[in-house]
Amino acid sequence: MVGGGIGGIQSALDLAESGYYVYLVEESPAIGGVMPQLDKTFPTNDCSMCILSPKLVECGRHHNIEVITNSWVKNIEGDAGDFTVSIIKEPRYVDENKCIGCGLCAEKCPSKVPNEFDAGLGKRKAIYVQYPQAVPMLYAIDKPNCILFKKGKEKGKCRICEKFCESDAIDFDQEEEQITVNVGSVILAPGFDKFQVDSAELAKHGYTSLIAQYGYSKYPNVVTSLEFERILSASGPYEGHLVRPSDKTPPKRIAWIQCVGSRDVTCNSGYCSSVCCMYAIKEAVIAKEHSKIPLDVTIFYMDMRTYGKDFDRYYERAKEEHGVKFVRSKVFGIEEREDTGLYLRYAAENGELKTEEFDMVTLSIGLNPKSSAVKLAERVDIQLNHYNFCETNTFTPVNTSRDGIFVCGAFQGPKDIPETVMQASGAAAASAALLSDARGTLVKKKEFPPQKSVIGEPPRIGVFVCHCGINIGGIVNVPEVKDYAATLPNVVYVDEGMYTCSQDNQKSIKEKIAEHNLNRVVVASCSPRTHEPLFQETIQEQGLNKYLFEMANIRDQCSWVHQSNPEQATEKAKDLVRMAISKSRLITPLSPITLKTIPAVLVVGGGVAGMTAAQNLADQGFEVHLLEKGMKLGGLTKKLLYTLEGEPVQPFLTDLVEKVSNNPLITVYTKTVIAECSGYIGNFSTKVKTGPKKEIKEIKHGAVVIATGAQEYKTTEYHYKKNRGVISLLDLEKEISKASKRVKECENLVMIQCVGSRDENNPYCSRVCCTESIKCALLLKELKPEMNIYILYRDIRTYGFKEDYYREARKKGVVFIRYESDAKPEVNIVKEGKKDILKVSVNEPLLGEKLIIDADMLALAIGTVPLPENKELSQFFKVPLNEDGFFLEAHMKLRPVEFATDGVFMCGMAHSPKLIEESISQANAAASRAGTVLSKEIVELPGTISFVDKTMCAGCGVCISVCPFGAIEMDNEQEIAVVNEALCKGCGACTASCKAGAINLHGFSNNQIMSVIDSF
Amino acid sequence: MEAAKENSWEPKIITFLCNWCSYAGADLAGVSRIQYPPNTRTIRVPCSGRVNPLFILRALQNGADGILVSGCHPGDCHYLSGNYSARRKFAVIDRLLEYVGIEKGRVQFSWVSAAEAGRFAEVISEITEDVKKLGPAKRLVKKRVE
Repeated sequence: MVGGGIGGIQSALDLAESGYYVYLVEESPAIGGVMPQLDKTFPTNDCSMCILSPKLVECGRHHNIEVITNSWVKNIEGDAGDFTVSIIKEPRYVDENKCIGCGLCAEKCPSKVPNEFDAGLGKRKAIYVQYPQAVPMLYAIDKPNCILFKKGKEKGKCRICEKFCESDAIDFDQEEEQITVNVGSVILAPGFDKFQVDSAELAKHGYTSLIAQYGYSKYPNVVTSLEFERILSASGPYEGHLVRPSDKTPPKRIAWIQCVGSRDVTCNSGYCSSVCCMYAIKEAVIAKEHSKIPLDVTIFYMDMRTYGKDFDRYYERAKEEHGVKFVRSKVFGIEEREDTGLYLRYAAENGELKTEEFDMVTLSIGLNPKSSAVKLAERVDIQLNHYNFCETNTFTPVNTSRDGIFVCGAFQGPKDIPETVMQASGAAAASAALLSDARGTLVKKKEFPPQKSVIGEPPRIGVFVCHCGINIGGIVNVPEVKDYAATLPNVVYVDEGMYTCSQDNQKSIKEKIAEHNLNRVVVASCSPRTHEPLFQETIQEQGLNKYLFEMANIRDQCSWVHQSNPEQATEKAKDLVRMAISKSRLITPLSPITLKTIPAVLVVGGGVAGMTAAQNLADQGFEVHLLEKGMKLGGLTKKLLYTLEGEPVQPFLTDLVEKVSNNPLITVYTKTVIAECSGYIGNFSTKVKTGPKKEIKEIKHGAVVIATGAQEYKTTEYHYKKNRGVISLLDLEKEISKASKRVKECENLVMIQCVGSRDENNPYCSRVCCTESIKCALLLKELKPEMNIYILYRDIRTYGFKEDYYREARKKGVVFIRYESDAKPEVNIVKEGKKDILKVSVNEPLLGEKLIIDADMLALAIGTVPLPENKELSQFFKVPLNEDGFFLEAHMKLRPVEFATDGVFMCGMAHSPKLIEESISQANAAASRAGTVLSKEIVELPGTISFVDKTMCAGCGVCISVCPFGAIEMDNEQEIAVVNEALCKGCGACTASCKAGAINLHGFSNNQIMSVIDSF
Repeated sequence: MEAAKENSWEPKIITFLCNWCSYAGADLAGVSRIQYPPNTRTIRVPCSGRVNPLFILRALQNGADGILVSGCHPGDCHYLSGNYSARRKFAVIDRLLEYVGIEKGRVQFSWVSAAEAGRFAEVISEITEDVKKLGPAKRLVKKRVE
């Protein structure tokens, strides 16, 4: 793994969890990449650090991941399956085995330098950790800024850090080291460089300097979006107070300028950076939330590209609820006047020139290819595209030009976090398929120290209260909660932490368990749904049974939802902590139930996504059952002929169908639907109705991949299906491929975008239509260059490199006319002789006039909608759907192909509308995640299941009648109920129904819950 | 005088939320920063079907002014039918509570899914309002002999 950002971390975790040993090479002193710098993430406004932290910790302490920091790959020799990688490890000048991360050295270091983690806004020392929650938590010396090195190691005198370091970790004599590792495959996830607004490099090549245009680095209150993230962040240079850099006063008006270093050929960035629209909206919304005074925020943009899942809703909410202003415009420049106001000059959509005053301006800078990765690509012979991103093919989106070397994340093209995570899992799947023979040969087993017996000991409870930056601490009075907890019986230790989930705090929890002989741990922080496993593992490492842990949710269900009421929020937090402590007194150690995993997977849906997942899982060596409701495999892709890049789709599809059908490990069931499903991770049993006779067949499998796809919206707008001149884009593509007479004779063709997308019925973007339309327009221009093509659109969303084709279409004379959602185009049909003329009228915004186009053909970009059968499927597998009817993932950012229900995964359009390459990436991602389940012989089920007290049971059988899983049987000899541990899911229906109180539930027993109620 | 009392008094409400739907919905309300009154104290249970009617009585005895049990929507239960079992139990306890003189609205039952952050906040606001109108619950409160 080259690169330790979120992409590298995800790939590494996937592979390490499915039986491979991973070397993770990161050039900086800590892993994490850009994500730790972000304040919040769209569209959920999750705290970036909070969601990343568990992954960082998991990666940092995984026994099958070797993290090599401060290092870069010099060369890769050999072939797929057998590479020799030489890695150069730069000196850290701090002994990694000795440094305890106490920070004394940095406190004493006299050399202050701008902190790149704070985007240069704050200061750090020459000996430093990248960020407070860094993994590994080790200091490093920044050689160019170290006083000793500056004067020459021999002559220099400073050595203050060395003097103060108590663990003797400073080592000025460290030298560059070469490490050689032998690996089967390589994944490149180096990430991106932020666009350099003041890049001398660009200026040298004759590209525009944006300093002159926007005054960046000349005017202190013109900042980049990354600087703005740091300004918003609680751990940033201004501690989360929204102030402007020049005088630290709160701004009243902030502007965002989009596409700085994106969609701009004058600075060699002709592509769209894909993420800036969303992050600008997010920053604007969060800025309004942070500001204590009324704040005006305006985003100046060209097209609003909120194309992802739930992004349009976020955009609408920003407009309607938060009052963010959006101005479609072209910004010419910024000028600072005496009163330090920034005057922004721009042309509005109707061409009018305007000037507006702001206190602060944020430049939404784009994503550039990582320069160190470009050099690496040259060294190891990997092809790059014309923008210097890694070249990939539509149908193999994670393969580089060199066999066995894969790519993921922003180095493959600008993308956001979930897309990166999906692609990272996808690259892991490709690696796993390549190396399936070597699975399990190099991995080490995770071993915990023997569990201490705590039976019979009085409870000794340790309580750890988390500030979560300002997420909790900004509302709830954390010290007060901590002090209060200390007064409660059996509490022997209390502590507070900035981020309790960070690695240093995990270490501290372990130390405190040992020091104070704690036998129960209570953490008051976020939700147990996300963080309980992390803390449980921590206490296990200190010899405590993982069930000796309780959590109080004082963030998601307290500080975040009572922001205007700090006093009552603090009271509530105290109550929640008291309730958790009260339960913790009665919790007992439990042992997990272990069961064998069935190494087979059920893939539902035989489209490209389903087939790709099936193919990859079979390549990984697992048995696959592929269900398709129709007669033939292929799904919606059967209707697609070309990709945007002009590659034919059908040969790829035919090849995939053939490979899948002929794979001995894959059983294909056509004309098959699910009738019934039961079971749990590792052991599912699904009954299907298959074939013309609807025979019932039972399939046993360890995991499920849902890849059911989506369908075209059934519209009646614009005379669709009523007039033969009005067709869908898919039909147009067919006509083009046949070079039909109709197309050849057509002189004026109009396309209308967003038919059945971004409206009241379907308030989301269908993502693919803009690209599809431009693809068709370009094909038509090839076929008949003189044809007039008009595309009526709301925003053109050709994100990433697709922007090139948009530019090309404009160059070739395709006319783009924008319309507003409240002034949709109108189509009237007029008969002229035998021919129907479609009179399309639309408001031309630049002219401010109504335009009437006499069209021969009208093609509608019809949106994508979820399948109606999703509802039934969601009930079979106990997984949720979102408001639109697409499947809802476990976490939008970091668990994009999983569900909260273990062992169930999804990919393709069942998740949301997407292009083929995105479906393929996601299908591989789902396969990778499913592989982590299937590759383990044994699945551990939680110990929170029911048990019967034989002496109390009267054998009445009520529990048997309420158990939804048939997990309880009657022992006829003894006339008592008996629980089948493998079947019990721990719902507790039996416990709640037992009149004698004989059947109880581990982890949620009657006396535990009663004691919580009593302490309320 | 009655009005003055009402102003200073804030009810305390116990909510039993199932782990898979309503608790997740409550988390999502947090993630979405949807604000609601701070009067509830949540007890996380695996399933609404885990809520023993005795828990409700015990909560009232301990001075809870209101109680909410919330689970997955019908058909969506993570445990297939736990929420139906909860609904049946609730129908019975509802009558018992009426019999012992607990006002309607003090003890409520609702369905909130993992995606319904807004609805969760609404449900909490509603029960808080309802309980505020009813005033403190005194009927079953245990007189503790300290």
